[in-house]
Amino acid sequence: MPTLESIAPAGDTDTDALPPLPGPLVPLLHEVRHALARLVADGGEHRIDLHALPLDATLIDQLLAFIGRGEVEARIEAMGPTRVHESAIAGVWVVDYRDADDQRLALHLEIATVPQILRTDRATLSAGLQRLDAGLAGAGDPSPPS
Amino acid sequence: MAASQTLAEQLRAQGVSRRGFLKFCAATASLMALPPSLIPRIAEALEAARRPSVIWLSFQECTGCTESLTRSHAPTLEGLIFEAISLDYHHTLQAASGEAAEAARLQAMRDNAGAYLVVVDGSIPGPEANPGYSTVAGHSNHAILMETVEHAAAVIAVGTCAAFGGLPRAAPNPTGARAVMELVHDKPIVNISGCPPIPMAITGVLAHYLTFGRLPELDAYRRPLAFFGESIHDRCYRRPFYDRGLFAESFDDEGARQGWCLYRLGCKGPTTYNACATQRWNGGTSWPIEAGHPCLGCSEPAFWDAGGFYRAVSVPPRVNAAALLGAGAAGAALGAGTALAARHLTRDEQQHREPVTVEELEKKL
Repeated sequence: MPTLESIAPAGDTDTDALPPLPGPLVPLLHEVRHALARLVADGGEHRIDLHALPLDATLIDQLLAFIGRGEVEARIEAMGPTRVHESAIAGVWVVDYRDADDQRLALHLEIATVPQILRTDRATLSAGLQRLDAGLAGAGDPSPPS
Repeated sequence: MAASQTLAEQLRAQGVSRRGFLKFCAATASLMALPPSLIPRIAEALEAARRPSVIWLSFQECTGCTESLTRSHAPTLEGLIFEAISLDYHHTLQAASGEAAEAARLQAMRDNAGAYLVVVDGSIPGPEANPGYSTVAGHSNHAILMETVEHAAAVIAVGTCAAFGGLPRAAPNPTGARAVMELVHDKPIVNISGCPPIPMAITGVLAHYLTFGRLPELDAYRRPLAFFGESIHDRCYRRPFYDRGLFAESFDDEGARQGWCLYRLGCKGPTTYNACATQRWNGGTSWPIEAGHPCLGCSEPAFWDAGGFYRAVSVPPRVNAAALLGAGAAGAALGAGTALAARHLTRDEQQHREPVTVEELEKKL
């Protein structure tokens, strides 16, 4: 299966050069458009699991080529890699969940300002604070936080 | 690991981070064919879920169903779901043997009365059959099944043998093999058919139970709709060739090389409900039709006796959609009567079966 990196170069936003869309992708992209309009209007987020749709690898490649690649890329190492990039359409993210063997678990289009998996939740923030405090104390900080 | 641990606590104890947990939830949603918008709800439910006791009974089976699960593609996800249950008895996987193994089963039944799940693979010689055909620790399969399900919360029949009788029940059914739902009448039953079943369907049902504390929505044959709600034909990537009348006529002709529809080579996709087309096999690598072989219909009742794997599906003239739906509805209502109704219907229609051409079929469609 091709990697996401091979689909389209970063910053490819030249819509004039795009190939015609295969039929099955048109309603899918309308769903994306509807979700993006909702994100703009009231901040509502949406996700589409491409892995659960009857799209073969070629169609998925064509879809990813159509939406292109934007400026942001991230890789998360938790239970195997998760690769995230923003498409050339701002607010439309591609989140590729893989297991430890690099087999795909899910492939989401996430329409959001930031994908959920990139955000840090409150409990993890608290744990981070405790860790920093412990580190400061362990390093002999003369004015430990109260 | 403490049985009182929630799944989230258990995952954290295994070093799984919050992001890893969210990934687990995303994969679980994909597994259960739930919309990704439900991921926050799944995360919330799994945070608080407690691990259920599972007793796995193997009867007249080939261990292919267990192999399907334990050799499944995503070891991390499958492993986590499998770890999330307390598997208290399983012939192939347990370390204990002999009396200690049976004692573990009885102990789990006592400790979790009314709350444990029973997973069955393999068909069971019925109460009227010679019990010597299949025994465990000197007890007949039937006696063990009935004893074990008595205080179970639900029963999950894994594989076509447990769901519909499978190969042991194929004519002439020498062991008097029966399906679980023909023998167990007073418990919720889920059938995860397939020979073997798709591993994600097995873990999907377990994950659904962990998430929502109940079994998923089922079809008339008691199969989870998330995995058996659509026919192979409807989800097949070769479907456009069928619609255009382009068929492979042999396994090495130009049509086969071009990847055309395998209908005329006996593909049972139009009458088979399963998730192979979307979930695929071997790590999502491929599935039988993509490998060039027609679907055998292994997740349907009596598929061994359906008239030959390489005969094109025909539409019996006396069967219509209403009759099939009626049989299904009757099965849903009557529980154990489902497989029986299907068997009678199949046998009856086999006697009246008349092949039709693709052109005739398309006219009807």
